[in-house]
Amino acid sequence: MIDFINSIVVLLNFVIIPGLSYGSQLALGALGVTFVYAVLRFANFAHGELMSFGAMITILFTWFFQSQNIGLGILPTALIALPFGILATIVLGLLSDKFVFKYYRKQKSVPVVLAMVSIGVMFVVNAIIRIIVGTETIKFSDGQKFIMKAKQFKAMTGLNEGLALKSSQVITILITILLLTFTFWFLQKTKTGKSMRAFSDNEDLALLSGINPDRVVFITWLIVGTLACVAGTLYGLDKSYKPIIYLNLVLPVFASAIVGGIGSPFGAVVGGYVIAFSEIMVTYAYKKFFKYLLPESLEPSSLVQLLSTDYKFAVSFTILVIVLLIRPSGIFRGKVL
Amino acid sequence: MRFDKYEWTAISIMVSLFIFVGFVQGWSVSLVILNMCIISAIMTMGVNISWGYAGVINFGVMGFLAMGGLAAVLVSYPPIKEAWQVGGSGLGISFILLILLVIAVFFITKLVEKKSHKYWFNGLVILFGLIIIRYFFLNATAKIEEIDPALAGFLGGANLPIIFSWVVGGFFAGGVAFVIGKVALGLRSDYLAIVTLGISEIVVSVLKHEEWLSRGVKNVIGLKRPVPYEINLQNSEWFINMVTWFNSSKLNNIIDPDTKQEVLNNLIIDGSGIFVKLNYALLFFIVMIVIYYFANKAQISPWGRMMRAIRDNEVSANAMGKDIVKQHLIIFVIGAAIVGVAGAMLVTLDGLFTPSGYRPLRFTFIIWIMVIVGGSGNNLGAIFGGFVIWFAWIEVAPLTTFLIEIFTSGMDPQNAIRLHLLDSVPYFRYLLMGMVLLLILRYRPKGIIPEKVRHS
Repeated sequence: MIDFINSIVVLLNFVIIPGLSYGSQLALGALGVTFVYAVLRFANFAHGELMSFGAMITILFTWFFQSQNIGLGILPTALIALPFGILATIVLGLLSDKFVFKYYRKQKSVPVVLAMVSIGVMFVVNAIIRIIVGTETIKFSDGQKFIMKAKQFKAMTGLNEGLALKSSQVITILITILLLTFTFWFLQKTKTGKSMRAFSDNEDLALLSGINPDRVVFITWLIVGTLACVAGTLYGLDKSYKPIIYLNLVLPVFASAIVGGIGSPFGAVVGGYVIAFSEIMVTYAYKKFFKYLLPESLEPSSLVQLLSTDYKFAVSFTILVIVLLIRPSGIFRGKVL
Repeated sequence: MRFDKYEWTAISIMVSLFIFVGFVQGWSVSLVILNMCIISAIMTMGVNISWGYAGVINFGVMGFLAMGGLAAVLVSYPPIKEAWQVGGSGLGISFILLILLVIAVFFITKLVEKKSHKYWFNGLVILFGLIIIRYFFLNATAKIEEIDPALAGFLGGANLPIIFSWVVGGFFAGGVAFVIGKVALGLRSDYLAIVTLGISEIVVSVLKHEEWLSRGVKNVIGLKRPVPYEINLQNSEWFINMVTWFNSSKLNNIIDPDTKQEVLNNLIIDGSGIFVKLNYALLFFIVMIVIYYFANKAQISPWGRMMRAIRDNEVSANAMGKDIVKQHLIIFVIGAAIVGVAGAMLVTLDGLFTPSGYRPLRFTFIIWIMVIVGGSGNNLGAIFGGFVIWFAWIEVAPLTTFLIEIFTSGMDPQNAIRLHLLDSVPYFRYLLMGMVLLLILRYRPKGIIPEKVRHS
């Protein structure tokens, strides 16, 4: 029995908790992509840079607060800086819409052109970020790093295996729950949310029934900016902030949105967790897990690893390709592109 | 290939830019930029063929370039015999098993009728097949990677002249493109963009981590060249005579024989570098012209007309009896193959293969900016875009340094903002690329040299 609990703890420590926090970050990112896709109707390649930009502003404000000795004690200072980051990201989103995307929306350009345009925006934002903070890795998490260390857990329960709980992971999961609840409540219950859903479902009909398109676009950027900044900051808080990482992150984010069914908010969230868990589960070495479960004679000699960790990124695209082959509209029947 | 006035202007501006750089920064710099420009132009033509002719989006440029690079390694590197001895049989067995697996899956798909059963059977067969193959494969590759890891640790290549790899690279990239196209070409364009981008990441990560094949992140260095080495040139009679002849007026003015010899030696060292780069430029230029010629021929042929018809109105082209799926696949493969040729040339020029150097920003998005800026659907435009953007990519750094120096000249030289700006000079090129793309898309969406409308 104790072996069984040990094996579960191993799984919790190395697969489930990291999966949940990484999945939350992907889910928030994918939700942003899906919002842009559903309302503005294009694949926004600049979303990764939007996340990066939000995280950068948050870092700048964190530094400012740290220099002023303002802090939250055991919680990271970044949490007070986050609202400023969100504000800046929303402003950036609105500016990019006003000066770039709006023109093509009025022209009724095809989605591919808008995707190309978003690549231009991606380059510009990328350059701005690099010019401001460079390309170095930045660690900005402060406060108490662990809620529970592996040693404490071992002493507390008397088990062989430790369970470490980083505060950044718990914060990630809590904020994600909060933000997702709010977003879904907003979409389902408020009048503005309903008008947004109507607009995304059938633009002409929505216009006919008197929905103001500019207002819908404005609200969309509010939500997208918030989601992007929070996702970017949480990712940076959990791992560390590095501008180039967000460019690589944009592909798993897209994969999550598409796997869940692009244009479907619920699908994006599920897709985020699907991608995160499969990335971690496929590349995790299960040797320790089986060591506790199986009798000694059957103990595995190899690592029991399906793919080496080098292929972490490749896993998400493989899932993307498989989903597209079997069910092109994604798990939750988003729009077929 | 008759150019109009506008196109002649574009060509002459480009030529004079290179001459300008030659005089200001030296001919060696100018030729280095020229060589990369030509390779970029070939990549751009490859993308332009699929995007400009038929509207098939290809964001997998990076992966196809890497396949071309792999071809350069596999063609030119000498084979490593011990590796073949210890691992060859294991690899052979796993390869045969893989073929058997594919055949089995093919028959199950044919024989089993119920759809849900089909998925289950196929899944089981693939799972068990892969487990067996993995056993042989991992054994073999582990043995191969153990052999002399500092110098070898991979299978090596065929020891042929590297120039053959340009063709082989085309076939490699085309083969990968065929598989990708079979899977993904049914999707609508922005989906296809994301999928090709993702698959190119997979291709590069395979090349990065399958050390038995490509040496992975340990890189392959010292690939053979198709052109002479500087050191051999410097010791050969005819080259010294040629340099002497070229600079005879300059050398004749020097009377002291020691100084004369020293000046001559310097000239020979400079000259050998330039001569090698000129040779590369000539080879690349020939390839570019050949591809350009055939691409143009294809564009004005009935086949090219059909492609335009498919691009402009898929439904009516389909109604006229054109097989859209097949034609899309064909043009996707052709475009990717040309990109593969460019990838092999890139590795030939560098003389080394570094899989970790393939990044989407540099090898996919920049190429796309070249296509959009140059003018999609026009081959000359594609070449021009490749030249202009690569030229700007390189020359923007000295230019920004110069501009920052001017604008901050009033500040204290140790001013923090000034120093920070000078530190971030390399990032201004991204800003420029983004701005150029946005401006072109807004004010000249057909590119600098737009496609010619043909009414034939």
